[in-house]
Amino acid sequence: MSKYKVNLKINNISVSVDEGTSILDAARTLNFTIPTLCHHEDLCVAGNCRVCVVEQKGNRLLPAACATPVSEGMEIMTNSLKVRQARKHVVELLLSEHNADCTKCFKNGSCELQDMSNDYRIGDHVFLDLVKDREKIKDISSPSIEKDDSKCIRCQRCVRTCTDLQAVSALAVTHKGNHMKVSTFLDKPMNDVVCTNCGQCINRCPTAALTERNYIDEVFDAIYDPKKFVVVQTAPATRVAIGEEFGMEPGSRVTGKMVAALRRLGVDKVLDTDFTADLTIMEEGTELLTRLKEALVEGKEVALPMLTSCSPGWIKFQEHLYPEFLDNLSTCKSPQQMFGPLAKTYYAEKVNKNPAEMIVVSIMPCTAKKFEAERPEMRGSGYKDVDYVLTTRELGMMIHQAGIDFEKLEDERYDSILGESTGAAVIFGATGGVMEAALRTAYEIVTGREVPFTNLNIKPVRGMEGVKEASVKIKDVKPEWSFLEGVELNVAIAHGLANAKIVMDKIKDGSANYHFIEVMACPSGCIGGGGQPIPTSMEIRKRRAAGIYEEDEALVIRKSHENPEVQEIYQSFLHEPLGHRSHDLLHTHYAPRKRH
Amino acid sequence: MEKKIKKVDLIFGKVDYLDILDKSFQRTRDEIILDVIDSGLRGRGGAGFPTGLKWKFAKNEEADQKYVICNADEGEPGTFKDREILTEAPEKVLAGMALCGYCIGATEGYIYLRMEYNFLLPQLNQQIDAFNKQMKERNFEFTIYIRSGSGAYVCGEETALMESMEGRRGEPRNKPPFPTSQGYLGKPTSVNNVETLVFALMIAKEGPTKFKEMGTFDSRGSKVFSVSGDTPTPGIYELELGMTLEQFVEEFGDGDTKAVQVGGASGFCVARKDFKDTLIGFEGIPTGGSMMIFNSSRSMYNILHDYLEFMEEESCGQCTPCRVGCQQLLKGIEAVKKGIKQPPYLEDLQKLSDTMRIASKCGLGQSVPNPFNSIINNFREEIIY
Ligand SMILES: Cc1cc2nc3c(=O)[nH]c(=O)nc-3n(C[C@H](O)[C@H](O)[C@H](O)COP(=O)(O)O)c2cc1C
Ligand code: SF4
Ligand code: SF4
Ligand code: SF4
Ligand code: SF4
Ligand code: FES
Repeated sequence: MSKYKVNLKINNISVSVDEGTSILDAARTLNFTIPTLCHHEDLCVAGNCRVCVVEQKGNRLLPAACATPVSEGMEIMTNSLKVRQARKHVVELLLSEHNADCTKCFKNGSCELQDMSNDYRIGDHVFLDLVKDREKIKDISSPSIEKDDSKCIRCQRCVRTCTDLQAVSALAVTHKGNHMKVSTFLDKPMNDVVCTNCGQCINRCPTAALTERNYIDEVFDAIYDPKKFVVVQTAPATRVAIGEEFGMEPGSRVTGKMVAALRRLGVDKVLDTDFTADLTIMEEGTELLTRLKEALVEGKEVALPMLTSCSPGWIKFQEHLYPEFLDNLSTCKSPQQMFGPLAKTYYAEKVNKNPAEMIVVSIMPCTAKKFEAERPEMRGSGYKDVDYVLTTRELGMMIHQAGIDFEKLEDERYDSILGESTGAAVIFGATGGVMEAALRTAYEIVTGREVPFTNLNIKPVRGMEGVKEASVKIKDVKPEWSFLEGVELNVAIAHGLANAKIVMDKIKDGSANYHFIEVMACPSGCIGGGGQPIPTSMEIRKRRAAGIYEEDEALVIRKSHENPEVQEIYQSFLHEPLGHRSHDLLHTHYAPRKRH
Repeated sequence: MEKKIKKVDLIFGKVDYLDILDKSFQRTRDEIILDVIDSGLRGRGGAGFPTGLKWKFAKNEEADQKYVICNADEGEPGTFKDREILTEAPEKVLAGMALCGYCIGATEGYIYLRMEYNFLLPQLNQQIDAFNKQMKERNFEFTIYIRSGSGAYVCGEETALMESMEGRRGEPRNKPPFPTSQGYLGKPTSVNNVETLVFALMIAKEGPTKFKEMGTFDSRGSKVFSVSGDTPTPGIYELELGMTLEQFVEEFGDGDTKAVQVGGASGFCVARKDFKDTLIGFEGIPTGGSMMIFNSSRSMYNILHDYLEFMEEESCGQCTPCRVGCQQLLKGIEAVKKGIKQPPYLEDLQKLSDTMRIASKCGLGQSVPNPFNSIINNFREEIIY
């Protein structure tokens, strides 16, 4: 966009902004907030809800502030009588077709529509009640996502998310006029369509029309069941985000408080998914080196590039849309699903508990992990490896419900064992983190030296660019890795499934020669996961990422292979990466699914 | 009565369209555009934008590709004149498109044909093939294609039409950008009504003066009307603009006319008492051609109810004022009729329709207040009792 300045007046105040700026953004520079509903920073402009309409001198129509670029000499009023009347009408109309049972609603207190009706004090609105779907039972077919059409205001944020950010198009607008709605293919239940369960639509839905399936009561039942031994694992990205549920700044590092809160909720052990993230690096790094060896030395047909498998949304995406590349997927389970079976075997033995009475609860930034925990592949321990998956938001809700004053909690440490973590594991939470952790370890295994980046920070794989590429030249290797001498290791990182699609299409048409690719289903990686605090925006995600990298630098151990608990489990239980036990507990295969 | 309504024959009469084009291609684009501007021709699809200006805007855009679209979606209730033109004078429509293509610098033209008119396809395809060949023989790079509509009224709205042509759901876009700068496939596009294109061709043939001398200051020339309802002479008529409704009813009414709906379901209802003072045209009540005549046997409640049902169904549903507003207006008059809401509720609804007029995203929602307010204002008792 060119940098021509445009001069205009908003509420009689002169302002000069870049050409192409929307009226909405121009008003923001003067500290005027214009209400919005269909607008979302991460998405393309829709201009359909019309709550953002403003008055423009000389225009008989009220332009939508989100969708109208400024023009020279424009005079805008953001709160004239005409605007107030129109805005009130729009909110009243939305409420007239909305099942507004706020007191019983999951989004009560965190709903944009509610906020708006609050601002405008729409009490007993005059129009007729048009709610059609009130009687319709909401779609709870998916273990991850609940869809309640009676709460939908048809802003299409979810559709734009699923189509533009995620390239999935599980949701689409169907029908017109009064029948217009957001629907799945042939209106099938959510568990029967290409939905990846990524939850990105939930993060952007302004109402309770899309929410996560919540398991709060089930987990409290387990906690208060004296026969049950409740073990919690917390994912890397939760610790820089959950503070937002208590009004703290995005990116606030609250690991210790989160551990303390979980203890106060009454769980028996608070352990860390970071431990299995480190383990993932050992397994996946070895897998990559093995594949490279088979390809370069033994001349075997191996599936390269290897694709990471930590992100269950990405896995389901691949099963549906790129099944021909399932062999390229690392056989490693996600860190959550490595933790489950180890908890119910190795750990159960250590703490002398009956795995049948153990309940493994995950705290995840993710809704897809709810689905993942239900997969038939995820019963390596002989039991359901992970019993319940809660989002960061659900944990926040539980802490609220239990009356725990989160901000005031003193830091506490994870229990041992399965509670030790390294900086490498923490950065799994941000896009590029798995790649960085893998490189830190693999490079050192192969060369005996640390990765050649200042302070171990592999900057080229960090940041919010949709697709990142990097090459690492491998030099002066140890004798047993001589086949890698001089090899230029090409890696790519994609976050958000639309970016994953770009990379996969490159592989498909042969225009890329990568060895290893990290894919995270969610924009910015897990810190932008579908289970993270709402709202989300690039700015918020950047701050969470900054929190992640601070946490990494603050830890003494920053390489997965140096995690003492990881070293211990290989000595006493797993024996070696990709060994027998690993194979049984930590690895799996996935099968193609249909496109529809 | 000062003067009788004058029937005109610019649209349907046979002309040597190739000769018109050959002569036009000898002139500069600017000369032709100036003529069209000078003639005062305004779009015949409803919105009435000056055609010459539209062509000039599209011409002034720098782009590697531009398009001409002939809007033949004709979905307005009570309109059937574009079908007639495409049946009787298709070659003039095609030539009008080529003329527009020459003026704005487009090499491709598309006819967006209403789905219900698919029966015209075999014949049109033949004519298009022949025409494309004739253009090729003249070394004039212009190819016409035809696209079948999706069956939705809103797809007649030019940006929804382009969405539909691009394979998406027919939802109107935000404006700006306007089609003349970013239209079909993001390229500068001139969308013109079927009738508009033929008039432009005739202006190129005869010069602007003859056209300009007909009609009134704001409404030059003639217009094709679709006359229906309680009339002994329903049908298609090309008439000089500038008549009053009184003159019109004199000619077409059945002697018992109580109201005329000018401009279809999205137009205005004029009651008998206002016939004399109402001019048909841009300074009075504009119309895309639809003229529905109602006599005293008609219930205006039923008529409004029909229109609202149509709009409630045909709204694309994306924007709140239109999607929910239409439902509220429809259910609202039902509630008043049944006594569930008191008569003053009609004023609440009229305020709501005022919001729809200024806050809806496209012309559909913006024009629902036309029939609503005009019928309520003129026939309030019929709505209530
Ligand atoms: C809901 C809606 C339906 C429309 N349907 C038609 C149509 O069927 N034919 C048409 O020519 N214009 C239709 N229009 C107007 C077009 O958007 C556009 O203004 C017109 O095609 C431009 O051509 P003109 O300048 O020659 O009139 C419609 C507009 C709206 C808002
Ligand atoms: S979605 Fe929002 S407005 Fe609707 S019932 Fe829930 S809290 Fe209330
Ligand atoms: S969860 Fe993800 S894939 Fe599923 S509908 Fe929502 S955005 Fe689309
Ligand atoms: S489900 Fe939510 S995001 Fe999607 S259209 Fe409805 S309210 Fe908007
Ligand atoms: S006014 Fe009606 S037809 Fe136009 S965009 Fe809005 S909902 Fe769609
Ligand atoms: S926020 Fe601008 S139209 Fe919805």
